[in-house]
Amino acid sequence: MAQYSEKVMDHFSNPRNVGEIPDADGVGEVGNPVCGDMMKFTIKVKDGILEDVKFLTFGCGAAIAVSSMVSEMAKGKTLEEALKITNKDVAKELDSLPKNKLHCSNLGADALHNAINDYLQKNEKNN
Amino acid sequence: MNAVNLDNVAATPVDPHVLEVMMPYFKDHYGNPSSGHELGEKPARALVEAREKVGDFIGSNPDEITFTSCASESNNMALKGIAAAYKKKGQHIITSAIEHFSVLNPLRTLEKEGYQVTYLPVDHYGLVDPEQLRKAISSDTVLVSIMTANPEIGTIQPIKELAEIAKENGVVFHTDATAAAGYLPLDVEKLKVDLLSLAGDQFYGPKGSGALFVRQGTRILPLIEGGIQEKGRRAGSENVPAIVGLGEAALLAGERMEERTKSLSSVRDSLRKQLFSGITHLHLNGHPDKRLPHNLHISVEFVEGEALLMHLNNAGIYVSSGSTCTSQALKSSHVLAAIGLSPELAQGSLLFTLNLENSVEEVSYIVERLAETAEKLRRMSPLYQKYLKEGS
Repeated sequence: MAQYSEKVMDHFSNPRNVGEIPDADGVGEVGNPVCGDMMKFTIKVKDGILEDVKFLTFGCGAAIAVSSMVSEMAKGKTLEEALKITNKDVAKELDSLPKNKLHCSNLGADALHNAINDYLQKNEKNN
Repeated sequence: MNAVNLDNVAATPVDPHVLEVMMPYFKDHYGNPSSGHELGEKPARALVEAREKVGDFIGSNPDEITFTSCASESNNMALKGIAAAYKKKGQHIITSAIEHFSVLNPLRTLEKEGYQVTYLPVDHYGLVDPEQLRKAISSDTVLVSIMTANPEIGTIQPIKELAEIAKENGVVFHTDATAAAGYLPLDVEKLKVDLLSLAGDQFYGPKGSGALFVRQGTRILPLIEGGIQEKGRRAGSENVPAIVGLGEAALLAGERMEERTKSLSSVRDSLRKQLFSGITHLHLNGHPDKRLPHNLHISVEFVEGEALLMHLNNAGIYVSSGSTCTSQALKSSHVLAAIGLSPELAQGSLLFTLNLENSVEEVSYIVERLAETAEKLRRMSPLYQKYLKEGS
């Protein structure tokens, strides 16, 4: 446990943006219980901007901190900007993650991108 | 509330009396027991006494005790030493799927050397079926190794019955009693085992102290070769302070077995009762009755173990888990997989192993904190939210 940075411990202990947006514009999921981590992101989009981002996460301390950080990084950004957030950026913002957690738990950006792509696909169909 | 340590399978605190008895052997009686002069006399005598105490503890002759550095060494020595000694007789070994890695990994090595290993499955309680052992034994079988009790789920095996089957077939029987020693009465005559591993750090003795019982007449080759310490079975200058500590810890554990197990199981039972009445969606893993008195293993549904551990750690409560994320190797527990626990429940597993300092007064604090933690983590769990929406 001493392996985690203060920032990780902060986001783990006080996660931001926990929950599920009802009538979300986009939903993105990654992971499964076998590998130990599961994330579900829901987003609200207005004028091409991420007005709200919420997450649900089943997973270890790193997975929870990553989810919280991604939600904070993405909120208020344009879809294009948010799509550019990488898992690496998230780890950097958290003052790094333990090596063995870099792959398995660091899936937050993927879950966010899935939610944005879900929104984009739905929107395409509607237009 | 002071810190509450419920992870005593990792290490127990050294009993103050045990420590006191050990201390002179670091400085005053530091001599080598093999020395022919006066400095070696006291340490040599201490070895004899410690060997008697460990022998008494498990009902063996002192001569049948070999001191080792830990349980892992005892297990390695038992498996590799017997396999090598009986190689001409046969090359088949039988074990169970839920053994400790210090049994499983030496067996993997032996497999690479050409030995055949059968891994007996266990039922959902973690019990080995004696009939399956009987069926697995062939004319090529030279060794059966099955643990007395599992350190994780606490399940106690029918060792006597299993050892008898091995004996009927002329097969050597080893039991890894590391988790059981100090918590169950062990008598190698009653159990009919040929080899038994144990370690002092599981029952208030020091780390670095282990022993292997080898029944007289059983052939075994040494793992560590060199001088003729331990009758040539284990070379290297004896770790006298640790051995003295092991002897004293064994003496205390033997004398206080009933009182200790009673006290441990009463706190454990109270913890179990209050956890299950205070928190929903918990699962008990392992056997309801045939389990170590200080062991409680549960799964907290919909959440992951490391996250539970971290919140509990922040509240000063130390436990362990069989989840993927808590293991250094990032693999979930092979024991939980072997009893057929679903990946979700294995991820949410929590292992409580009590020590004598734990009290009933601590129980309500533990339950409150765990209830809080489970609620917090479930609120953000996609599995729980799905359950709330869809049920089942």
